Amino acid sequence: MATFGFSILKDRQIDYDNNDHRLFRFIEEQEPSIRLCIGCGGCTAGCTAAGFTGFNYRKLNYLLMRGETEHLQKGIQQCMLCGKCKLVCPRGVNTRNMIFALKRAFKTPLWEELQKKINV
Amino acid sequence: MTNIKKIAVLGGGVAGMETSIQLNRLGYQVDLIEIEDKLGGHVRNWYKLFPDHKPADEFLEKLISNLSATDVQIKTSIQINAFLRKEKKLCLFDQACEFGVYDAVVVATGFDLFEAYRKEEYGFGIYKNVITSAGLETMFLGKTIKTSGGNVPKRVGLVHCVGSRDEKCGNLHCSKVCCITAVKQAITLRQMLPNTEVFCFYMDMRMFGPSYEELYREAQEKWAVRFIRGRISEAAQNADETILIKTEDTLTGRQLKMNVDLLVLMVGMLPSKGTTVIGKKTGLDFGMNRFLKVKDEHYHANETNQEGIFVAGSASAPMNISDTISHARAAATAVDHYLKTTDHERFSEKNNIRNLEKALHEK
Amino acid sequence: MENNNQKFIWREYQKEIADDHFFYVRSCIRQAFFPGSETFFLSFMRNQLGKDVFEDARHTTCTGIGFHGDVVPHETIMTVVARHFALMTEAGYRHVAISCVTSFGIYSEILETWKHFPEIEEKIHQKLILATGRDFNKPDTIAHTSDIIYKFRNEVAAKMKYPLINLNTGEPLKVVEHIGCHYSKMFPQYGVGGAEFPQVLAGMIKAWGGEVVDYPERRHCCGFGFRQYLVQANRGYSAANSKKKFDSMQSYEPDFILCNCPGCTMFMDKWQYTIAELEDTVYGKEGLGIPVLTYEELAGLVLGYDPWDLGLQMHQIPVETLLDKLGINYDPEKKFITQKGENIGTPLIPQHYNIGLKTAGTHSGCC
Ligand SMILES: Cc1cc2nc3c(=O)[nH]c(=O)nc-3n(C[C@H](O)[C@H](O)[C@H](O)COP(=O)(O)OP(=O)(O)OC[C@H]3O[C@@H](n4cnc5c(N)ncnc54)[C@H](O)[C@@H]3O)c2cc1C
Ligand code: SF4
Ligand code: SF4
Ligand code: SF4
Repeated sequence: MATFGFSILKDRQIDYDNNDHRLFRFIEEQEPSIRLCIGCGGCTAGCTAAGFTGFNYRKLNYLLMRGETEHLQKGIQQCMLCGKCKLVCPRGVNTRNMIFALKRAFKTPLWEELQKKINV
Repeated sequence: MTNIKKIAVLGGGVAGMETSIQLNRLGYQVDLIEIEDKLGGHVRNWYKLFPDHKPADEFLEKLISNLSATDVQIKTSIQINAFLRKEKKLCLFDQACEFGVYDAVVVATGFDLFEAYRKEEYGFGIYKNVITSAGLETMFLGKTIKTSGGNVPKRVGLVHCVGSRDEKCGNLHCSKVCCITAVKQAITLRQMLPNTEVFCFYMDMRMFGPSYEELYREAQEKWAVRFIRGRISEAAQNADETILIKTEDTLTGRQLKMNVDLLVLMVGMLPSKGTTVIGKKTGLDFGMNRFLKVKDEHYHANETNQEGIFVAGSASAPMNISDTISHARAAATAVDHYLKTTDHERFSEKNNIRNLEKALHEK
Repeated sequence: MENNNQKFIWREYQKEIADDHFFYVRSCIRQAFFPGSETFFLSFMRNQLGKDVFEDARHTTCTGIGFHGDVVPHETIMTVVARHFALMTEAGYRHVAISCVTSFGIYSEILETWKHFPEIEEKIHQKLILATGRDFNKPDTIAHTSDIIYKFRNEVAAKMKYPLINLNTGEPLKVVEHIGCHYSKMFPQYGVGGAEFPQVLAGMIKAWGGEVVDYPERRHCCGFGFRQYLVQANRGYSAANSKKKFDSMQSYEPDFILCNCPGCTMFMDKWQYTIAELEDTVYGKEGLGIPVLTYEELAGLVLGYDPWDLGLQMHQIPVETLLDKLGINYDPEKKFITQKGENIGTPLIPQHYNIGLKTAGTHSGCC
């Protein structure tokens, strides 16, 4: 590969049409309450993890809903499973189960496939 | 015996007063029955009104003077306990006595405020510097805004959606007026206390009425009210009795904490106890939000499932004053129409509507 | 008005706590780190109150930490808990007394899951029968052992020798309580008083003469987490959460911290030492640390049990400051001597928190 001292930037736009939405559908099926999220941030406000790490449960919901799967796995590892988010959520999103559902998803062939895509 | 039809209007707030005035103007004999010793309902407790900062007492004086110009019979401190249908008429009972016999009844028993102590994470009733929007109006009326320590607050936080849009307290509905109330109160605060910072914590800014969005703009532009988009997850008291609040500043994606000297909870609207009790006693249907259910949201917004019983104002849904007045006037028209049409006509009208609906459906 | 409202709130969250005949399930952490606690609980229940508390030696860990740490699958943990229910059923009991908040959260969550998804419960019945030949009934009630002590707090108060009063000042002791996330954040209705103003520990403190400190970060997690603590590199994240709490409570000068969950007790106790070593920040009025107790240890102290019999020598933050305030006699010589007379060894003296060096090595406050 030629080196010109620069590289061509990757497009950071959410490419909704080309994103893979199967992970979201998998989660949505297991925890339909994720659809109810209105992005109020109540979950993240008191989150044990959000205070000290880049983890943000609200953003995670939205990334997932947009088919942006790249940072999910690292993200949820920060979660302390303390349940504060579930206590707060005004829409009754079962945040805790949604995290468990994601963990289950990471053990499926679908996730392996998505990982490969991301790494390409 | 006169031929003039008699109507009972239950509740002497804006809705009840306006319905009574209009019905009287249409030539009916009206009894306006209020449970408390004064007319006016909630608006009696407000300082200035959105969207034009009109003093609430000025507004009420006007309404009451219009009412006095009619021959509506005002009956305060009366509690109706029972209803009985006598052929086409409705018989109302006060204690165990018969209070009156009416051709139609309008329920205008209004709303109650959400009891803020139920949102326990905000500490209302526990922390002295956590108050409600209604409490702030009382402070405005007394012209003193002080913290528990007797100081002028240097920073005030207003929390939207307290007891509304919240599954955790069983209220899914939006109370509609609290966003604009917050904007109004934030401006009043900045006017009365020019050195005080004012923050609104909102999930959505619902500026639904005429001039509301403009008022929101004015709050930003002229009064430098700060708006932070995030739901407050909890409030806690510091040793000096100031309040620590936590939210996610969703527009930067970071947690935010802040100390405020006074925290104001924009409490939502629920059907009043009177609305619930009267609705149950007269067999009215309730909606999902537990307010009285109207027959049709568009075309029969004052009729109920019970013949001869109508609803006006915030007994049917959260409403601001202008919508309450429109709803009250519409209620008067609906009652008038009801009393002027014979059973036969009403029946054929119902059929017409049914046919129309059917036709639309088939289309 | 304030207090009325406060009472009103938590009345809505009263839970049913059985009166007698408990099937006791121990906690891995509690028995390892606070070994006097469970012994006290059993002795108090059986000998002082005459209650029937049954233990089965075949009871195992609930695997909660493994579950939350991603090594134990959901079905496995449900089957493990089902096996405990089977042991309970076989022994003829209907009320579970749980000694750990993590387990309590697990039990609550599993029962709640089965309530909403009966097909999952059915599957677990089948799995348990297949694996062990056992079947089970669900318990009528589950209580955390703090719920039970809360229930009998007035009985403790009636026999109390050392109320929570500072002997030197005559004032009630100021106590910080920490109920632990899994006690009531997931299911507020399973906790006495809900999640925001829980009463389980506060009720004990008040009944025994102390005063509860409501400080801003009262409801924040202690930072235990599961995989966060288990991975060494992540421990700073765990400790940061405890630090947030200590910083917030410091200005109230609490006399001690009372914990519900053995995990929280451990971290609130040990992280104080860690923070002192790493950042030179020490908490407590004279920089002597804020003692951290389990509710059993506290009940034992007020009832006049010997502090060393209660296992208080196992705490990282020395408890002597508190014992002095309460006027409890203790023999410093016996601190590290077992009942059998063996010396368990004295800890190497950390730079901080040395009672003997009270004046020499004092750091004042935090921040
Ligand atoms: C904090 C706050 C500020 C507000 N500020 C504004 C504003 O600035 N501008 C604006 O447009 N709107 C404002 N509103 C909305 C306004 O208060 C309502 O639109 C208005 O009060 C609705 O009138 P109503 O008659 O339907 O109900 P209410 O005002 O509730 O009146 C109901 C009446 O019925 C009576 N009643 C109840 N039960 C019985 C019974 N069983 N028998 C007989 N009588 C009974 C009550 O005593 C009361 O007098 C505000 C609302 C809130 C919460
Ligand atoms: S609290 Fe609930 S609704 Fe709000 S952002 Fe979090 S998950 Fe979404
Ligand atoms: S359960 Fe996880 S995401 Fe929710 S508040 Fe706790 S740490 Fe944050
Ligand atoms: S009007 Fe605004 S503050 Fe009131 S419930 Fe609706 S969104 Fe919330």
